Amino acid sequence: MPADGGIGAPMKRREDIRFLTGTGRYTDDLNRPGQAYVHFLRSNVAHGRLKSVNTEEAAKMPGVVRIFTGADFEGVGSIPCGWQVTDKHGQPMQEPAHPVLAQGKVRHVGDPIAAVVAETPDQARDAAEAIEVDIEDLPAVVDMKKAVEEGAPKVHDDLTSNLCYDWGFVEENKAAVDEAFEKAAHVTRLELKNNRLVANPMEPRVAIGDYDPAGDNSTLYTTSQNPHVIRLLMGAFVLGIPEHKLRVVAPDVGGGFGTKIFHYAEEAFCTFAAKQLKRPVKWTSSRSEAFMSDAHGRDHVTTIELALDGDNNFTALRTETFANMGAYLSTFAPSVPTWLHGTLMAGNYKTPLIYVNVKAVFTNTVPVDAYRGAGRPEATYQLERVIDKAARELGVDPIDLRRQNFVTEFPYATPVAVEYDTGDYNATMDKLSEIADLSGFEARLAESKKNGKLRGLGVNCYIEACGIAPSNLVGQLGARAGLYESATVRVNATGGLTVMTGSHSHGQGHETAFPQVIAEMIGIDPSMVEIVHGDTANTPMGMGTYGSRSLAVGGSAMVRATEKIINKAKKIAAHLLEASEGDIELKDGAFSVAGTDKSVAWGDVTLAAYVPHNYPLEEIEPGLEETAFYDPANFTYPAGAYACEVEVDPETGKVTIERFAAADDFGNVVNPMIVEGQVHGGLAQGIGQALLEGCAYDEDGQLLTGSYMDYAMPRADDVPYYDVDHSCQTPCTHNPLGVKGCGEAGAIGSPPAVVNAVVDALQRAGKDVTHIDMPLSPSRVWAAMNQ
Amino acid sequence: MYAFELTRPTSLADAIKALGEEDAQPLSGGQTLIPTLKQRLAMPSTLVSLSGIEELKGIKNEGGTLSIGAATTHAAVARDGSYPALSDLAGHIGDPHVRNRGTIGGSIANNDPSACYPAAALGSGATIVTNNREIGADDFFTGLFETALDEGEIVTAVKFPIPEKAAYVKFEQPASRFALVGVFVAKTADGVRVAVTGASEGGVFRWSEAEKALDGNFSPDAVDGLTLPADDMIGDLHGSPEYRAHLVGVITKRAVAKAG
Repeated sequence: MPADGGIGAPMKRREDIRFLTGTGRYTDDLNRPGQAYVHFLRSNVAHGRLKSVNTEEAAKMPGVVRIFTGADFEGVGSIPCGWQVTDKHGQPMQEPAHPVLAQGKVRHVGDPIAAVVAETPDQARDAAEAIEVDIEDLPAVVDMKKAVEEGAPKVHDDLTSNLCYDWGFVEENKAAVDEAFEKAAHVTRLELKNNRLVANPMEPRVAIGDYDPAGDNSTLYTTSQNPHVIRLLMGAFVLGIPEHKLRVVAPDVGGGFGTKIFHYAEEAFCTFAAKQLKRPVKWTSSRSEAFMSDAHGRDHVTTIELALDGDNNFTALRTETFANMGAYLSTFAPSVPTWLHGTLMAGNYKTPLIYVNVKAVFTNTVPVDAYRGAGRPEATYQLERVIDKAARELGVDPIDLRRQNFVTEFPYATPVAVEYDTGDYNATMDKLSEIADLSGFEARLAESKKNGKLRGLGVNCYIEACGIAPSNLVGQLGARAGLYESATVRVNATGGLTVMTGSHSHGQGHETAFPQVIAEMIGIDPSMVEIVHGDTANTPMGMGTYGSRSLAVGGSAMVRATEKIINKAKKIAAHLLEASEGDIELKDGAFSVAGTDKSVAWGDVTLAAYVPHNYPLEEIEPGLEETAFYDPANFTYPAGAYACEVEVDPETGKVTIERFAAADDFGNVVNPMIVEGQVHGGLAQGIGQALLEGCAYDEDGQLLTGSYMDYAMPRADDVPYYDVDHSCQTPCTHNPLGVKGCGEAGAIGSPPAVVNAVVDALQRAGKDVTHIDMPLSPSRVWAAMNQ
Repeated sequence: MYAFELTRPTSLADAIKALGEEDAQPLSGGQTLIPTLKQRLAMPSTLVSLSGIEELKGIKNEGGTLSIGAATTHAAVARDGSYPALSDLAGHIGDPHVRNRGTIGGSIANNDPSACYPAAALGSGATIVTNNREIGADDFFTGLFETALDEGEIVTAVKFPIPEKAAYVKFEQPASRFALVGVFVAKTADGVRVAVTGASEGGVFRWSEAEKALDGNFSPDAVDGLTLPADDMIGDLHGSPEYRAHLVGVITKRAVAKAG
């Protein structure tokens, strides 16, 4: 194998050269000949009846090509939802229509009412301002608990209420869980909110619709994490364009964090309008539009209860969660608070009885869907907060309480329907203790006291289900898609490889890490491998990148395809070497006959495949190209332990993170530098959620945090130096690489560590504070200290 | 933004003349105006750029008074150093992009209730020089985004008497990093001045109780026990009126300590 470029090598990311030198090609960098521009007129009220949309004057404005309203989309499909949850009574969730442009009602600030296509962006915007819209204001529902009260205004008139579903998991366990609570020696109860977040990828969304009348072919260029999924959803459900007549291209994408998974109205509009107008139509979101049209994340309100016996063993866990869906069901929204959340409520612990209730609620707010971690951060946060609270109530060490209840034997079937294949939670906790220097905390505490600061230590564990996901399982759970991944490995005549993957890289480093795997398998330099992704025209049907799945699922597909390549290449080599196929060995980029010095180089074999003059044509076909689809047998279960140390300014409530340590078990690691970067980024997002970020609406449904003036993103000086370790490795047992995924861990594991640390600091200072809702802004911490 | 004409006069006289046109508006560093235009919240017919007028630029130290041309950038003031507290304040406005475009005249004339410079001007007892008069800082800042400037009148310079001691401490709003509460204290020959920005619904103001207490004893302890009523304080996502009133006390003490 190449010592410096195979599995385990900390190679610098090759894609960074273009990203850092301004030569990346993002969707907004693309321009199609003759393109027009669209500006969406969006609702400025949260809830209202559309009485009239008069475009007469606006249509006469300079440069206007055409103005579309909801009426133009009456024959067009609804933006579909990709997951159907069944409620605790066995009934399907309530699923409202989601028109491309509003029809009849507007349901959140930012809901598109009309779309003006014009020769320039400014002309489109000018004309949009000239459209006369008559909206009858309706009372808005914003608070989830009020939204499900009797008589609350309904977001969707044709639904029975604002309740999307009332989900019980596992419903059959409920009575046993309730009984365990009655018998408990101690019960800890905590009410908390998981704050609503706006993903804010650096690149806002962009869409360009293009249409070729000669072949009746449509193309959509879009900022997506999964172009094939968009092609299927938009083509089959919204616009009625079959896949072979629709190409979706997602070129360089500047961050997704989940919010670019979903199919959005704007991209359907551009594809539709391009065909209608027979010219390309481009939309580039402003940052202000992003705040009111990108799907938001989180937004749960939870009551969690933990039951313990007299020996502090966890005996049962019970939760009730209200999960905000926003005004419409975004693509995977229903799955996030259920199958990505309820299934993780066991955490790293052997709690035998668990019951999770989730009420998903429609409100007059932007739709909420997956955001880095998606359901798993919400599960981890409430579980790790309630354990911390229990430890304080019982007067026991929070780490000891966790260790005592760890799952230690694998495989472990949880009471919430998943089976952990491997893990070693004591090992990551031991490693954490070392890298966080937990034994030095008391000395640092004394130093902080000397400086007039309150210091606190927060520790927690996390587990996540990644490598999403076994298709047969998710199908039973309501997914309307499979969740395999694909790869085509094309070996070129002179030995270089082109890998066409269904995964999509928007910051994950696939172009660097994937070649390392092939380099390892064949024994060639990784520079001989090129990764192609993001275009449905030249990649096999794949499900894209989210849920920390690319290496575990997409990488596994690539391994399977490469294995087929190697098997075929061995046949060719055997022919060239006049030896038996069973005696052929591949090492360091050459095929040799075992026990002899006869060998043939990789490049000679690949050339023979394409210039088959001396070739076993009667046995095998020429060429060297293979495709594999890989459907995982199980989720993967990355896990770890995190520690956060904070200082709190007692006069202002300002929290500063002094230390942060993360000990993760990601199984095998292909590129440790990329893994470390992924953890750093995840931690920054988790710390952002814990201290800074919070999307807020007023009671009328007006977005209070509509720009960076009020929505606080984490900046470099908000985050500390990180001590990160991933040397604890229990390889995944069911994928060929033994990898688990690392993309979401930091965002999942860090918020409870921060909050635990702040509560610890306040309690050490004698304050009677058991919880503060995120974000822990200075004003909230000060208010908690002075309540 | 909407279309507008841009003129770039090279003399103050030409600028004043250009500003006489209907719906003409001065453009200095543009750090507030340009985002406002991009949001289509303003529709000037003509923007009169002040950045090409040499007589509006530069810093002069004239016998203990620092005279700063209105079109001088925050970065230039930060580099100057002859009034250390002012340079320190200027060096912490926004980020490098803002500091290299934004100007003292623009900031003073805009009088954003969370901006830093109004606190320095009021706290130092500065004089605001315009194209036709001089206005004391006490009379200049009249309310939220409001000043004593007349229509067509522009700030040409700000004159700061350099005090014996001074310091500015800003407690940042987490998102915008404008002042949630910022306090400028100055010990001058005529007494102590304490100017507070970010906190009040009326914009920048002087905290006279603290000034009186500090007159007799210029030390952080002097502020102990003093409280401000929360009534007129700003309440928003980032802090309640009570929190801001509390912070004024804390930050004043820190500013006094920093002034030494």
